[in-house]
Amino acid sequence: MPQQRVAITGMGIISALGADLASNWSFLSQGKSGIGPIKLVDTSNLRFQSGAEVRGYDPVQHFQSNQIDFLDRFAQFALIAARQALADSGLKITPELAGKMAVVTGSCVGGQTSQDAGFVALYQKNSPRVHPLLIPRTMANAGASHISMELGIYGPVYTISTACSSANHAIGNAFWMVRNGQVEAAITGGSEAPFSMGLLKAWEAMRVVSPDTCRPFSRDRRGLVLGEGAGMLVLEPMEKALARDARIYGEIVGFGMSSDAGHITAPTSRGPASAMRAALLDAGVAPEQIGYINAHGTGTPANDQTETRAIREVFSNHAERLAVSSTKSMHGHALGAAGALEAVATVMAMREKMIPPTANFTTPDPECDLDIVPNHARPGEIEFALSNSFAFGGLNAVLAFGKA
Amino acid sequence: MPDDITEKVLDLIASTKRIPREQVSVNSTFAELGLDSLDAINLIFEIESTFNISVPDAVANSVSSVPQVVEELRKLLTPTSQQLPPE
Repeated sequence: MPQQRVAITGMGIISALGADLASNWSFLSQGKSGIGPIKLVDTSNLRFQSGAEVRGYDPVQHFQSNQIDFLDRFAQFALIAARQALADSGLKITPELAGKMAVVTGSCVGGQTSQDAGFVALYQKNSPRVHPLLIPRTMANAGASHISMELGIYGPVYTISTACSSANHAIGNAFWMVRNGQVEAAITGGSEAPFSMGLLKAWEAMRVVSPDTCRPFSRDRRGLVLGEGAGMLVLEPMEKALARDARIYGEIVGFGMSSDAGHITAPTSRGPASAMRAALLDAGVAPEQIGYINAHGTGTPANDQTETRAIREVFSNHAERLAVSSTKSMHGHALGAAGALEAVATVMAMREKMIPPTANFTTPDPECDLDIVPNHARPGEIEFALSNSFAFGGLNAVLAFGKA
Repeated sequence: MPDDITEKVLDLIASTKRIPREQVSVNSTFAELGLDSLDAINLIFEIESTFNISVPDAVANSVSSVPQVVEELRKLLTPTSQQLPPE
């Protein structure tokens, strides 16, 4: 079967920037950050107090109470974003389509909030037992499974867990399945809810979390800020999307992966450069055609410096004409959902002809000497864009997007 | 002769990195000892547990030699004026 172009026909998102696409884009296009004091966990014994939480969230507004019992916060976010994306696409899941449709999600830590609560009951409160739904709430594929069950999708459904690259790996796999004709549509993205005391303590011990805010590429950057939420895309073959007169946000045109095969946490520039080159090759797009990169841009001293080097390796002189921004400065680092939130940001940037900025920027860093679109969104026509995700463990995944 | 604090730091480096104690000297740098950024974080964790102190991120991420670790550790073990009760 010849390769098909892959259209994005629906998008759903819930993050610190809001519970729908419009509010997320409003923040992103105004350079407004959703980072604030963490409320979900008592931070008095933590070295950091900032996070990008989904605020004012009440599951009862989205789910029946008996349904909530089965859903960890990360799976709730996955379902909410998937419902939005499907409704937004106008795609009808007919009995014929249901078996030929995929759900591919990314998550780094799955339902760890539920696990943490279960272990607190066990170890701290000396409860002799944990909740019987702890396993199905905790498993990383719970988001994908609940999307499949609620929407009646029974084709390939699975979850990829590659730390901070999870969502990009998931979206890339779904993209390839649609492009190759293995499925006729896909819902894909990522979801995450990392705010539990146990996990925050683990991040504190890594010493990569900023004590104030996330300032990617800024000389005074002090680390990442954790975020949460979910982003989901509906992918369809372009021909079918056009035939049903669907609104087309943009295209996924390429996907590239690589492994650093180096250190478990320290990044390299070689691995990310190799993944960017692979995405360009897969897309059949020349480096000079790329107008924007949504950077991995975590705000850690190591990432932003090595990512800058990797971009320079791949784009050489064209790096001077590239806009590169990190929207993690606004929606935080949502780990296994990061690539999904950033896919939405990238596609909206192309559609609205407006490049979201790197917020919270203060001081240029000679080691990060790219046009990082500091603090203010900038109008700009983008033909093609990349979205980078580089994970602990050295696993890199890059998506290439084309405008509609 | 190294004092007790220095001796303990040298012991912790050897046990954390699993290298012979005699390879670790009072003037070693992390690079000479083969300690990367994650090894350094592991070492600080062991120091925090051993001395029952909390090392700020800025300090943990800045030290890169035995003398620096010992110097920072001494500062953390010495009560500062802020920590003393008001007169």
